[in-house]
Amino acid sequence: MKKTKINAAHYILKGKMVEFCGWDLPVQYSGLNTEHMAVRTTGGIFDVSHMGEVWFRGREALRAVQHLISNDAAKLEPGKIQYAGLLTESGCFVDDLLVYMMRENEYLLVVNAANIDKDFQWMKKHTARFDVQVENRSDEYSQIAIQGPVAEKLVQEFTDIPLQPMGYYHFAQGRVQGMDAIVSRTGYTGEDGFEIYFKADAAAASKLFLDLAEKGEKYDALPAGLGARDTLRLEAKMALYGNDIDDSHTVLEADLGWILKLKKDEPFIGQEALARQKEAGIRRKLIGFELVDKGIARHGYPLTVQGREFGAVTSGTFAPFLKKAIGLAYLPLENSAVGSEFQIGIREKTVTAKVVETPFYKRKK
Amino acid sequence: MAKENLLYSKDHEWVRREGDKATVGVTDYAQHELGDVVFVDLPAAGKELKKGDPAANIESVKAVSDVFAPVTGTISAVNAKLGGNPELINQDPFGEGWIFSMSVNQASELDELMDLKKYEEYLKGIAGE
Repeated sequence: MKKTKINAAHYILKGKMVEFCGWDLPVQYSGLNTEHMAVRTTGGIFDVSHMGEVWFRGREALRAVQHLISNDAAKLEPGKIQYAGLLTESGCFVDDLLVYMMRENEYLLVVNAANIDKDFQWMKKHTARFDVQVENRSDEYSQIAIQGPVAEKLVQEFTDIPLQPMGYYHFAQGRVQGMDAIVSRTGYTGEDGFEIYFKADAAAASKLFLDLAEKGEKYDALPAGLGARDTLRLEAKMALYGNDIDDSHTVLEADLGWILKLKKDEPFIGQEALARQKEAGIRRKLIGFELVDKGIARHGYPLTVQGREFGAVTSGTFAPFLKKAIGLAYLPLENSAVGSEFQIGIREKTVTAKVVETPFYKRKK
Repeated sequence: MAKENLLYSKDHEWVRREGDKATVGVTDYAQHELGDVVFVDLPAAGKELKKGDPAANIESVKAVSDVFAPVTGTISAVNAKLGGNPELINQDPFGEGWIFSMSVNQASELDELMDLKKYEEYLKGIAGE
């Protein structure tokens, strides 16, 4: 099993370790609910070093990135970040990712842990004709996410980068605990927060994590694991690759039209298929639901819409902050309006669910 | 707590035998592994079950797990308090967090269960894995 450079800290903090995408990572420390509520009310500290970092450098770096992604990277300027889809020819997802514009002719693409090798091969293959160097530096970088209302104060104790003026989806380079780092105002929880990317050996990386946890105590911030990360992102309706988005559902079906820029300057993979689909209209759509009946609908549980079997729950959980059973699923477009009811099979029972507005949770600004 | 007088399964259920009645819950180890319990799907009273059949489901935030019938018999009572307070399973697994009672027709079916000493050894074996 692979270990992040922060691994030793998880054992010191008594994390409950599980295998996740080949990595030895904590599913929780003090408890999933406690950690989830901490992020919503104070703060949580996550090791997300398993995420991948791919660098694009060269005269045609922008063209190469533009050719690969659904969003319009030409809108970026140094210090800005964009969420985008890495798409197949049919407009479905190879992965979803963040694009950081480091400077002119240099971009950092942050990808999902499970997809690093697949994405890197795809990126190299489809940018061979551009004057660009594509480099997978995932193993060099550690990443820590600090999320929640106290994140700014807590992280500020560790860095010379002024955090207060930093806007959402912006980043800066500076020093964190004496190490060169990229600090961005981003996250996967629906809260304000920061993600720190840095290169360090295991001792220094673990120390930073432990120091954040220790300093976090005075703000009631807690180390948090993969369990809370998943329930937090689902309450905020942030898609998970492999569950809610994959290589058989398009960007439009995933209700992510806002990351699709069909009119950008550079032609991109999936553009033609998506232009056609936009013209013809989609026939199914990713929606958020709540259970009307008691129970919890989880990933893979079968759906029945108007008496007809129709796919399965893509993500589902009991939402610890909202205190109700929520989930995501693809429904036929004609049955996807807010308030529409459908059924979910939970073992031998059938329960009723209804389509609701999303995100399920939105933080107060 | 009279944990000494209970019987234990490899699935971390406890069984309290009182004459021809068996009351079933999950152990402290089980509630800890499950994490915060948010919903318990209880069987209907009168439901007939074979030994080993799933009798109830415990849903925590992160997972669902079955509670199995320790013997063949009929559900005689369920803990209705769990409907509004599923967290009783976390707070008092051996007491207020009991799940259901059932009739015992063949007491010999309980023979495979462990006493406290054996269960504690079984837990040590799990911890050592």
